[in-house]
Amino acid sequence: MRELSYAEAIREALQQEMQRDERVFIIGEDVGVYGGAFGVTLGLVEEFGEERVIDTPISELGIAGAITGAALMGMRPVGEIMFMDFTTLAMEQLVNQAAKIRFMFGGKAKVPFVLRTPAGSGTGAAAQHSQSLENWFVHVPGLKVVMPSTPYDAKGLLIASIRDDNPVIFIEHKLLYKVKGPVPEEPYTIPLGTTEVKREGRDLTIIATSIMVQRSLEAAQQLAEEGIEVEVIDPRTLKPLDKEPLIRSVMKTGRVLIVHEACKTGGYGGELAAVIAESEAFDYLDVPIIRLAGRDMPIPYNRTLEYHTVPQVENIVQAARDLARGRM
Amino acid sequence: MSLSETKKRELLRQMYTIRAFEEKAEQLYAMGKVHGTMHLSIGMEASAVGSIAALRPDDLILSTHRGHGHCIAKGADLRLMMAEFMGKEAGYCRGRGGSMHIADVKGGNLGANGVVGGGIPIAVGVGLSLKMQKRDQIILCFFGDGAANLGPFHEALNMAAIWKLPVVFVCENNQYAMSLSVKKAFPIERISDRAAAYGMPGVTVDGNDVMAVYEAVSQAVKRARAGEGPTLIENVTYRWRGHSKSDANRYRTREEIEAWKQKCPIKRFRARLIEEGILTEEEADRIAQEAYAAVDAAVAFAEASPEPALETIEEGVYA
Repeated sequence: MRELSYAEAIREALQQEMQRDERVFIIGEDVGVYGGAFGVTLGLVEEFGEERVIDTPISELGIAGAITGAALMGMRPVGEIMFMDFTTLAMEQLVNQAAKIRFMFGGKAKVPFVLRTPAGSGTGAAAQHSQSLENWFVHVPGLKVVMPSTPYDAKGLLIASIRDDNPVIFIEHKLLYKVKGPVPEEPYTIPLGTTEVKREGRDLTIIATSIMVQRSLEAAQQLAEEGIEVEVIDPRTLKPLDKEPLIRSVMKTGRVLIVHEACKTGGYGGELAAVIAESEAFDYLDVPIIRLAGRDMPIPYNRTLEYHTVPQVENIVQAARDLARGRM
Repeated sequence: MSLSETKKRELLRQMYTIRAFEEKAEQLYAMGKVHGTMHLSIGMEASAVGSIAALRPDDLILSTHRGHGHCIAKGADLRLMMAEFMGKEAGYCRGRGGSMHIADVKGGNLGANGVVGGGIPIAVGVGLSLKMQKRDQIILCFFGDGAANLGPFHEALNMAAIWKLPVVFVCENNQYAMSLSVKKAFPIERISDRAAAYGMPGVTVDGNDVMAVYEAVSQAVKRARAGEGPTLIENVTYRWRGHSKSDANRYRTREEIEAWKQKCPIKRFRARLIEEGILTEEEADRIAQEAYAAVDAAVAFAEASPEPALETIEEGVYA
């Protein structure tokens, strides 16, 4: 199959949905001729014009309000917030308005938008351009939260998100933009709320999100050489969460390592651990559930310090090895 | 843009209906028949009625936490409003929203809002869609003086102006953001002066004169519909009641409130219509009585309506 980068896969999803449905439009800062801060929307303004690829002033809350109002009016807007850190500027509209309008109005309105935003560290962008704030949104009923880890998932999940009737926070990872993988040319959807087993294994389950899926797969490769067979699972959408594959996997392996980039305290790993602990998989656990996550600190600028702030492949290998060899 | 006599009588009826609805709301609260809080616009009826009179029926509005008047002027069914107010399944929002979130999307009321300034950025999205969909409707967005000091006001007015969106921004300056006087919150005399910074017309109107409000908003609507962009209107008015039910009125004097009551927008418009020979005293009384009777009927409807069923509790969170 043809290979695309993660950024190209997202761009193709946007392009195909805009060709299919004239209600779909893009709005954000520098999304036009500039192509977005990471080049994701490059070329789209040439194809669809300034009416459907709309450059905004630096007004993140304005963007969130614009997509909320447009969605209420039957459009299918795709907003872009240049860095996930800046979603904090848009929180009022996202949390108090978009997420709640349908419920507050007794189910008599809907707000079908997608808000795309790049998260994550590793680019030397320091503390205000590197955060992973997904759990802020997971905690808000009414929002859906999507975090693709591969080009294939990025395209299928984005198309599904655009066609979804709810506000969807679509979280991309900056370091994944250049990662390549097989992507079908035709449009396809991956239903929101479908966990995928990315690699099968019998000894240990790793549940990872976003870039940590890629790092976990790399770790699993190394561990296989040591004779440790790791199963790597990607929820792909944090909300809604498809729990069953996680539970089944843990019942098979009895050992689970949860890996994400966001700060450990209050992170999504706590939710995943609780889902397992509350399920029938609890009785199958041979060792405690372990979380490997970002340190509880801002992302530092210095390259070495930044590297050691969030889980890397070697940290995952070490943690998985310890867990696999842990006491019964 | 002169209004027909029928339309003028209709505006008076709407103003009485708003007054009747809110007086009743207050009574029901005092009787313990509704819980939560409410924000009454008694004394501000001309702002709601005059503004919405300038719209076509298919135009849209975004309202505020003090939105009963907007909702009624937009043509809401009083029974469904009152049912919502009392938390009943038959209410506009199936009892999930209450006073602060009444919306009648089909009727063009895209919702009251519990957050000060919360509707202003949404108006940009609505206006943008109307433009993209090549529809000739407009969106009128109400907010208060307090909202004009929020960041969203700045972002939204700028965006609406640069894209020449069909939006009319109506600031209901009722003199207080909860307890903070506009005199302490603004270094300028007129909130509408801020329009100049966004390259749009700004107009300050006597918000207790329903016809003056109607005239000013009509100009703005005309401009918006012609594709010339938004206008900022400031309706100068006064809320007679406290901010909400917890307000002890410590920040203003009885004399001030009494002075504004002398400028009652309903009495004033009624007197004008009688003076113009459009109404007799008796006809005016009858309009008032009918308004109060309609509200009583709405209460009877709401009281007889069932509570939402507990098994439906999570409905509407997701589509």
